[in-house]
Amino acid sequence: MADHAVSLPAGTGSIGLEASGPRGPKPRHVFSRRNIFLYGTLIVVALYYLLPLYVMVVTSLKGMPEIRLGNIFSPPLEITFEPWVKAWSSACTGLNCDGLSRGFWNSVRITVPSVILSIAIASVNGYALANWRFKGADTFFVILIVGAFIPYQVMIYPIVIILREVGLYGSLSGLVIVHSIFGMPILTLLFRNYFSSMPEELFRAARVDGAGFWGIYFRIMLPMSLPIFVVAIILQVTGIWNDFLFGVVYTRPDTYPMTVQLNNIVNSVQGVKEYNVNMAATILTGLVPLVVYFVSGKLFVRGIAAGAVKG
Amino acid sequence: MSKSERPNQLFRNLNAKVASIPMVLTALVIFVGGSAWTVLYSFTNSKLLPRLNFVGLDQYYRLWSTPRWLVSIENLLVYGVLSLVFSLVIGFLLAALLDQKIRFEDTFRTIFLYPFALSFIVTGLVWQWLLNPEFGIQGVVRGLGWESFNFDPLYNSDIVIYGILIAALWQGTGLIMCLMLAGLRGIDEDIWKAARVDGIPTLKTYLFIIIPMMRPVFITALVIIAAGIVKVYDLVVAQTSGGPGIASEVPAKYVYDYMFFAQNLGQGFAASTMMLLSVVVVIVPWAYLEFGGKKRG
Repeated sequence: MADHAVSLPAGTGSIGLEASGPRGPKPRHVFSRRNIFLYGTLIVVALYYLLPLYVMVVTSLKGMPEIRLGNIFSPPLEITFEPWVKAWSSACTGLNCDGLSRGFWNSVRITVPSVILSIAIASVNGYALANWRFKGADTFFVILIVGAFIPYQVMIYPIVIILREVGLYGSLSGLVIVHSIFGMPILTLLFRNYFSSMPEELFRAARVDGAGFWGIYFRIMLPMSLPIFVVAIILQVTGIWNDFLFGVVYTRPDTYPMTVQLNNIVNSVQGVKEYNVNMAATILTGLVPLVVYFVSGKLFVRGIAAGAVKG
Repeated sequence: MSKSERPNQLFRNLNAKVASIPMVLTALVIFVGGSAWTVLYSFTNSKLLPRLNFVGLDQYYRLWSTPRWLVSIENLLVYGVLSLVFSLVIGFLLAALLDQKIRFEDTFRTIFLYPFALSFIVTGLVWQWLLNPEFGIQGVVRGLGWESFNFDPLYNSDIVIYGILIAALWQGTGLIMCLMLAGLRGIDEDIWKAARVDGIPTLKTYLFIIIPMMRPVFITALVIIAAGIVKVYDLVVAQTSGGPGIASEVPAKYVYDYMFFAQNLGQGFAASTMMLLSVVVVIVPWAYLEFGGKKRG
């Protein structure tokens, strides 16, 4: 009602007010119809987005008898951490029964070197593209960017052959190389755009002072571009940790990353389904990227925006 | 020609060239070479090992007469069109809601975007549990007294692809929302003022002024969603393993299964070439507009 009373004279008298009045939005009533609609919608949608996380946590804290009787949305009557312990140390994948811990450490051993290697390559590469352009560089860059859209399935098998030829097929090093290759397009784009946006005079001054390719990179570019390195690390840690396809293709069962092992635990056909253990295992696998996401906050968003919109 | 004028052309800027070796190798060997290799071998009858024994288009004839491939393509089309439309619409609506100078904007954005940090495997497994007919949403609603309530997409081959779509939208709309929000923020405040002065209703302003101005953002979002659609694989593996039966198979899974389980490489190569072709149809016009048309600094 209050809304009506305010908006009625607006058609006649407010134009002059708008032009000369104070800047900023019009103060509004807290419980206007607009606000109720706006916040109501947002809260309902937010609940929908939070529901799966809530159900995951709640289920993982219940015992199996309670799950069979109760409702997946109800909070646990008796909190038990046994499913978490079992998921971590003794859940079975069909091949072995030592839980997700093996996959967790495999994922760590895959993610850390992959992140370092891919960022090292791409940052130097982006720097060369931004400041030391040579003939033909842009052609390769365009191939690289367009290549990012080729479905991985097209290139999987040739890479298997190459890795087999050099004796790295099935090893963690092979997978690290694969991650570095497929991380290259987006990261190179990210770094190239960032370095291009830095003032040209800086680069010129360093050259006049006699600094060379690596000198400028390590002494000037690197210290000045820490934010973009953080963005790249966030992007790569989440991306590589969450990978499934490359893990399943390029590693053997004893070196499977966490996602592959999780899928094997939950979707294994043998035995009785233990939903609480499955959900605990699922949360454990999602924990690393979730922590990265919540800790990094705005930088995560910035990474996405920088990678996607600027392109 | 230029070589005779400047004999040391090759060694100019040597460090930059050395630094670009990984990029050049990736672009030429993996992206161009790998794709060409796969396309070439898709015309052979390779089984367990790749062999250059050409059989013309045989693999493609076989591919297009395999029911599993046809189901995969149909699923991809349904999933693709719906996820494109819903991602854009939901993403834009959420962004428009968040753009109303509301309080707790950061909180809401954090909530909408967090699923995007999770892997498709985690997403698929959570929704497998939520859509479990015995204990999940269907079970709960029936427990409340609505005995005939039916919602079991993962066990009904007619609607299984919608079950996967729900999970995919939950995971991916946050990203689109973020892109759209960045786009909305990039629009000059004066445009809104001008529209208000002219008395154009908010809805019309969005439809006829703001959205056309956000064309680049929409195209970026479109390309990102489209590239993701063709690649969809993990989600299906985790959520349904292609079941019930073959009802939720997708092309990427067909490729993987034929290459690494059925030991029928030729089929796998032919199927992946078809995937490549579908991407080319989408990407080439976009890449031409984005990179070929104008020179950028």
